[in-house]
Order: sequence, then C-alpha cells, then structure tokens
Amino acid sequence: MEKFTRLTATACPLMRPNLNTDQILPARYLKWPRARGMGQVLFQDLRFDAQGKPDADFPLNQPRWHGAEILLAARNFGGGSSREAAVYAVYDAGFRCVIAPSFGDIFAQNAVKNGLLTAIVSDAEVAELASAVEADPERPLTVDLERQTVACGNREFAFAIDPVSRNQLLNGWDDVDLTESYRAQISAFRAADRARRAWAAPALPRR
Amino acid sequence: MTEPRTLIDKLWATHEIVRREDGAALLWVDRHYVHEGSFHAFSQLKSRGRSVAEPDLTFAVADHYVPTHGRAAGIADPEIAAMVRNLEANTAENGITLFGLNDPRQGIVHVVGPEQGLTLPGLLVVCGDSHTSTHGAFGAYAFGIGASEVAHVLMTQTLWQKKPRRLRIAVEGKTAPGVAAKDIALAVIARIGADGAQGHAIEFAGSAIRALSMEGRMTLCNMSIEAGGRCGIVAPDASTFDYLKGRPYAPKGADFDKAVEAWSVLTSDTDAAFDREVSLDAGAIAPIVTWGTTPDDALPIDASVPDPAAMTEAARAQYMREALDYMGLKPGTKLTDIAIDRVFIGSCTNARIEDLRAAAAVLVGRVSKVPGLVSSGSSQVKRQAEQEGLDRVFRAAGLDWADSGCSMCVGINGDRVPPGERCASTTNRNFRGRQGPGARTHLMSPAMVAAAAVSGHLADVRPLLAGRKV
Repeated sequence: MEKFTRLTATACPLMRPNLNTDQILPARYLKWPRARGMGQVLFQDLRFDAQGKPDADFPLNQPRWHGAEILLAARNFGGGSSREAAVYAVYDAGFRCVIAPSFGDIFAQNAVKNGLLTAIVSDAEVAELASAVEADPERPLTVDLERQTVACGNREFAFAIDPVSRNQLLNGWDDVDLTESYRAQISAFRAADRARRAWAAPALPRR
Repeated sequence: MTEPRTLIDKLWATHEIVRREDGAALLWVDRHYVHEGSFHAFSQLKSRGRSVAEPDLTFAVADHYVPTHGRAAGIADPEIAAMVRNLEANTAENGITLFGLNDPRQGIVHVVGPEQGLTLPGLLVVCGDSHTSTHGAFGAYAFGIGASEVAHVLMTQTLWQKKPRRLRIAVEGKTAPGVAAKDIALAVIARIGADGAQGHAIEFAGSAIRALSMEGRMTLCNMSIEAGGRCGIVAPDASTFDYLKGRPYAPKGADFDKAVEAWSVLTSDTDAAFDREVSLDAGAIAPIVTWGTTPDDALPIDASVPDPAAMTEAARAQYMREALDYMGLKPGTKLTDIAIDRVFIGSCTNARIEDLRAAAAVLVGRVSKVPGLVSSGSSQVKRQAEQEGLDRVFRAAGLDWADSGCSMCVGINGDRVPPGERCASTTNRNFRGRQGPGARTHLMSPAMVAAAAVSGHLADVRPLLAGRKV
C-alpha cells in the first residue's frame, strides 16, 4: 500500500450530508472489476440525470474542480453499504484525502486499506475550508498526517483520525504481511480456543 | 474482584489474539459468510497466491445477484450469470461450502446463517455486507467488512480491529398491537440519527427487547448499521436457545446442553459501564414510515411531511428540500395521503416467516391496489410459507410470489423500482436510487407495507387489524 505522509493539492467541495456509499458508487457498478475504471462512475447518479445529461451544478462536473485530490464533504460521508468499491471509485478518480465531520465506520476502515486518508474536522471547519476554495478554487490545501493538520492559506486546523489508521497510512503497512508476523500467536490461540469453546465449531449437519 | 464488564467487552476479550500498542487488536473470526459480491476479495487472494486458511469456518450463499423468477431456466443476463458462476468457482476451488442458486438452503445470507444454526451466541461473525449486524440478535459479535478485510479473513481467519465504544439502548415497556420490531428500529434511528451510533457497538436491552422473538431481534440488530453502529447485540436467553435447538449446524445432544451453559453467561454484568446510554419507552412507539432519503427521516404514520422552512439550521433545511424534491413530496402533506405505485416485501431486514405472516394477516381477504413483489428471506422460508398457505394470500391479493434473494432491496439482480415510482418497502435503506435509479422508497414494517398495498397509499395498519387474528 502507498504511504501517506503529506499532501498539497486543490480541494473540491461537496457539501451534502449523508453521501452514503450508494451515492458514491451505485450498486449496478459493483460487478465491475476495478480495472474497468471505477473513477469514471464516481457519484454517477448525482452527476448525471436519467438521460445521461450532466448536472452543471454538481461540483465534480465543473472544470474548476478538475485535478482536485482532496474532497471536502459534510457529515456522515460513506455511511451505508460496506462496498469497498466506493473507496476504489473515490481513489481512482484521483482523490487521496476526504475531509469531513464524520464518516461511516466501514468506509473509513476500507479507506485506510487503500491509502485514502479520511480526516475529521468540525462542521464549521469544513464549511470554512469549503468557502475558501469556493472563493479561490486554485488555492491548495496542505494535509499533514504526521502533525494531523490541514492548512489553507494562513489558516490551520487540527484533524482527528484513529491512531491505528494513522499508523497504517504513515507506514504503508500491509495488513496481511503484518498478521503473518503473529503466526505463532494465532496458532496458539486457535488451539487453546478449540479446547475452551468446543461448541464454537460448526457441527456437522444431520443428513 | 474483577471490574464489571459489558457483553461487548466479554465477546471482544474472548476473540482477542494480540493487541498492539496503538490499540489495534487481532481478533479470531468464528464464522465468515461470503456471497457473489466477495469476488474482489477472492481476486486479492489469487493475486497473492494464497489459499483459504479455514475453509470449514467459511460459508457462501448466492443472494445478491440471484434471479427471483425463472431460476430453473438459468440466468438470462450474462454479467449477472457470471457473478453467480464466479462464486461457484471460487468456493469450489477453496473447499468452501456453498448454498448456491438451486440449493434448498439458499437464501439471503443473514437469513440463512441463523436458519442453518451457523450463527451462534458468543461467536465473532463477519461478512462483506453491512447488514451482518443482524447476527448480533443471537449474542454474537457480528459486523460488516470491506473486500480487503474479507480477503484478510480468508487468508488468516483473523481481523485487525479497534474496539468501538459501548452504547446501550434500553427499550422498556410493552409495544402496542400493530407495532413491530421494525418500528422499534426506526424509532431508535429517528432518535439518535443515521450516524448516531458511529464508532459504537450497541447492546439492545430492556423488557421490550426481551419480549421480541428471535426474528424481531434480527430485524432490530439488522438496522443497527442504519444508525451507524458497528454492530448490534442482544444477550442470548431462552428464546435464543429454543430457536437454535435442532438447527442443522448447531451443536447436538449433550454438546448443545454444554453450549447453552456457556452461552448463558453471555450477559452484561450488573453495573457494567457503557460509554453512552439511550432509553426509549416502547409504549410510546407508533407504526413508523420514512419520508426522506436517510433512515432517520422517520415519523409516526399519523404525522405530516415536515417543512424545511421550519428548520432553524440552514444546512438541515437545504438537505430536507433536496430530499423532498427527490421524493416528490410537499411539506405539510399528511403521510397517509401519500399515494404509492408498488410494494416490496423482502430483504434481510423483514422477509422471515413471521414477517410474511404479519403481512398476510393484513392482506387475507383483501386486494392490493398496486403491484408488488414478495421475495422470501430464504428458500426454506418460502417453502414454509407455502405450507402455511401464505403464498395463496399474497397471490390472491394480486402480489407476485417470487424466489428468495436480495432482490428489490438493492436492485442488482434486475428487480428494480422504475424511475420516479414510489415503493412502500420492508427493506432497510431509503437512499436515493437504492431500489433502482430514481426510485422513491418508504421504509416500514411488513404489516405496514400490506396496509399501504390494500389502501393504495401509506396507511396506519392498526384499524386494518381490527377483528383479525395476528
């Protein structure tokens, strides 16, 4: 996994609350392999109407936000379905960081596995960041994961992130490799647990 | 003297293999359910050249993409057919038991796991599906995970997690006739918000929860994720043990008695501390419907569509205007004046036998004014309903009696609500486009969906139950 330490990039404001994973990536694209390009269908049903006509008001359709690598969002971003493909869509569309007041737990967990930073600031702070980039879309933000800060011009905010996620992103850890280093503990646990909780194994069904 | 512990603490401690300094714990996984959507994880497995660590603890079900009609003829859509075939190939290759398309045990994963006795008290259960919280009804620690985590569980039978905060939701008292587990769930979500339980594991407690059947508890725990909760748990009791006894994969004979002994201590200690507590009065809960595009947009059926202009917070008013615009609703309209185009009875939330009975009790001798689809939670539920004659009630009412799957809850098998149409639905998400692009969803209990069907508009089920056996 790619490490995340510091990012300076422009930010796209998408200040609608409750943008759940069904909005981020509609379910009909879940059968796509990732290689088919999930970034192109990010927020598909919010970006386009039933006839495929783009909604000119939707930020991702506006040229001024093209190239943004930071997404500014309102509360409860990524709630709902556990589909990790929602993270693939955000990442493959070029975003490396989402800043919002709160995230769906499963989305946040999926994000960290894919090198996408989910940074938590208050409602007022994300609103201020959104106003700043609305006024000047070219203005870059700097997100520093070491220091847990996001800077915009001469303003700087602290953001929250779970320390486990922070560690994983900073180190670019691969969970499976990490788990391998605990192989002995896992085997010991398994043996002891089988003795302690014999009932936990599935019984063979009666034929 | 040990510190009093919550059930959440006890379940966590039982499964913790190691804990890192940063607080991440490596947990042992007792049951892993997979479905067609797990193909990303199997791809990761393949690309790493790895195999499944514990194939005997992994069970697969075809549910998300399966057709609900004409199954015997195979699947017409080649992309959908490929999803089901892919699951068959991946499970066969890895020695995983599959309840496939034509297996009599097939159904929605969160209905099948409990039905087969695979889900047991005290287990840690995961699945690449957010509604895995359902299994918490048995006193299991059960939560949804993403594809990378599914791959990790396949490869190691473990998962890195950080312990969530503990929230107890106590529902005390007695619910009124016509008020179902779904109404309790929607009342909870309306109270704490669609993100109200984020970062928390929920324990549901109180006399109203104890009084719920296992199926009612499953409905409630299923909807925990709609309040943002990591999982929802009900301590196991006699209802739990009665439900499990004799299930195919549950312990048998003396083993069962020993298991019950172990399960009986799975309760929160008196005085155990929770990080947060919420309490609700069951007697104050009326049948509830949703009006907007998140599950916390929920009101008692005798209320009216709320007015954004009455909101003090600008962002909330803006959200409501957009939601009402999408839903095609005007502020002040009585909820019972909202005409519907169709109904759906199905999903992992509300398609078990008791749900079908509750809907049929309203429908018997009546005709639906709109078309509708009834998709049982599992093939076994479907057979049981047919033995009880419920299929005839649904058919006589003019509804389509279909095979089991996720169906119109998520719309990816082709069962969709057409754009702009309004559906009264027993499902879990009224998100924009959830039941199909442009679909308008109102969530409610199975009996309330039946009431809407026979009325042609959202309706209070209570008067329709007068003089009926329920």
